[in-house]
Amino acid sequence: MNLRTPSARQIAATKAFVFLLCLLPAVLLAAGWFGDTLGANPIEALQRGTGEWTLRMLLITLAVTPLRRLTGLHWLLRLRRMLGLFAFAWACAHLANWLWLDLWFDWTPIAEDILERPYVTVGFAAFVLMVPLAATSNAFAIRRLGGRRWQALHRSVYAIAVLGVVHFWWLVKADVLEPLLYALVLAALLGMRGWWRELERRRQLAAGTPGSPQFKGKVIRIVPR
Amino acid sequence: MLIRRPTDILPSEITPREFFDSRRDFIRRAGLGLAAGAALWHGLLPEARAASALGPLLAGPYGTDEERTPYDAVTSYNNFYEFGTDKEDPAKNASRMALEPWTVRVEGLVNKPRTFEIDTLRKLAPLEERIYRLRCVEAWSMVVPWVGYPLAALLRAVEPQGSAKYVEFVTHYDPQIMLRRPVLDWPYTEGLRLDEALHPLTLLTFGLYGEVLPAQNGAPLRVVVPWKYGFKSAKSLVAIRLTDKQPATAWNKAAPHEYGFYSNVNPEVRHPRWSQATERRIGELRRRRTLMFNGYAEQVAQLYQGMDLKKNF
Repeated sequence: MNLRTPSARQIAATKAFVFLLCLLPAVLLAAGWFGDTLGANPIEALQRGTGEWTLRMLLITLAVTPLRRLTGLHWLLRLRRMLGLFAFAWACAHLANWLWLDLWFDWTPIAEDILERPYVTVGFAAFVLMVPLAATSNAFAIRRLGGRRWQALHRSVYAIAVLGVVHFWWLVKADVLEPLLYALVLAALLGMRGWWRELERRRQLAAGTPGSPQFKGKVIRIVPR
Repeated sequence: MLIRRPTDILPSEITPREFFDSRRDFIRRAGLGLAAGAALWHGLLPEARAASALGPLLAGPYGTDEERTPYDAVTSYNNFYEFGTDKEDPAKNASRMALEPWTVRVEGLVNKPRTFEIDTLRKLAPLEERIYRLRCVEAWSMVVPWVGYPLAALLRAVEPQGSAKYVEFVTHYDPQIMLRRPVLDWPYTEGLRLDEALHPLTLLTFGLYGEVLPAQNGAPLRVVVPWKYGFKSAKSLVAIRLTDKQPATAWNKAAPHEYGFYSNVNPEVRHPRWSQATERRIGELRRRRTLMFNGYAEQVAQLYQGMDLKKNF
């Protein structure tokens, strides 16, 4: 396979492979549930597992752009929608487990948790913010919104990831090692973007006024500070 | 998808009463056999079981006849942060703790301070079986058949002075084998007011399910205070100290707005992460309502008369 410019068939095969790979943790978790190997408190294990995979898939999705830039493999971008949708699927499973197996749709404690427990509030907010992204993840929505507006909307994934990490951080009782690891990975992923943006801004400033005709249609203009 | 109803706990998850009772008989006979020093027994019994059996046991007061949480769950789902913060970590790591020799200092404002060998301490009073509910602040609960005797028996033996108001528990800490990260301020300490410590429900505990405590459950001895959240029941004690000042406690130091000194099970007092109104009994699918003082209100409510339990949480 030509790594740099794979054929359409190769991309389709890669997508199918990544899809199956993404399905694997769900299969393992389901096997654990039905095989009764999730420990003494399987509902908690499921809650934790679905939450961790939501965060992991979010970070993997956010890693596509830096990875593409570092490796020059532009076709990686074509996996991003699927990865993002997996993050959303895990978030749905996480929410469903909480509403159903944990609280059995008992709305009073559910509302109480959302309103009174800061970690639930931010986690729930992150989920709500994911819904429009999932809903506009199709080609029709991109055409309808226009590339620029679509992109602006989908930048809210940064906020979602931050809320997700905060949700985990506020949830742990005393040992922040695990949420700290997620926070560091997220900081690196967002930091790279910030750094490249800064480089681009400097390049444009050096080249002349961003509004000048030479930039038209060529680069994403970055407003100078 | 198979959704189990609360009443349909898998048969494999429940220790059948006959099995449990027959095992108790077996253990009791084993214990008597050992006490008699009958060499015959030694060859006949499985080594580990013979060594770990405690007995004979009195049936203690205040027991519940609720379904006991299976032995495997009680010994595999633990909070013992020195050995890791995941529930499965203590069962994996706590066996590194050397349990012999083990001594416990009983000191402070007492007339007869004394350092006990663990075997001496175990024989200080007759061992009882007490089936208690255990409620964790994380909103799960268990029913555990503990083995021990009232802490009061030990405290009376050392004669607390009139000025003693509190009891501090200091637990084992060995940075060589335990988690070195400062998750909590090690060694883990806990405390009770003297009248709480003297309450007949407060158990100095050496075993569970008729056997010596597994390391992850706080071997070789711990305290069990069934009307308070689990973290008050300090594990692997090395010192019991009587003081006139309220002792600092590990969780209270780590997050004072979340974990008060009293930490009585109280469905009314909210926690920023877990609703205390309900709990999940390990092995059950649906939550149940949490009872005031974990269901021991009749026995302990008078200890807190006139106190604002929302302030003194």
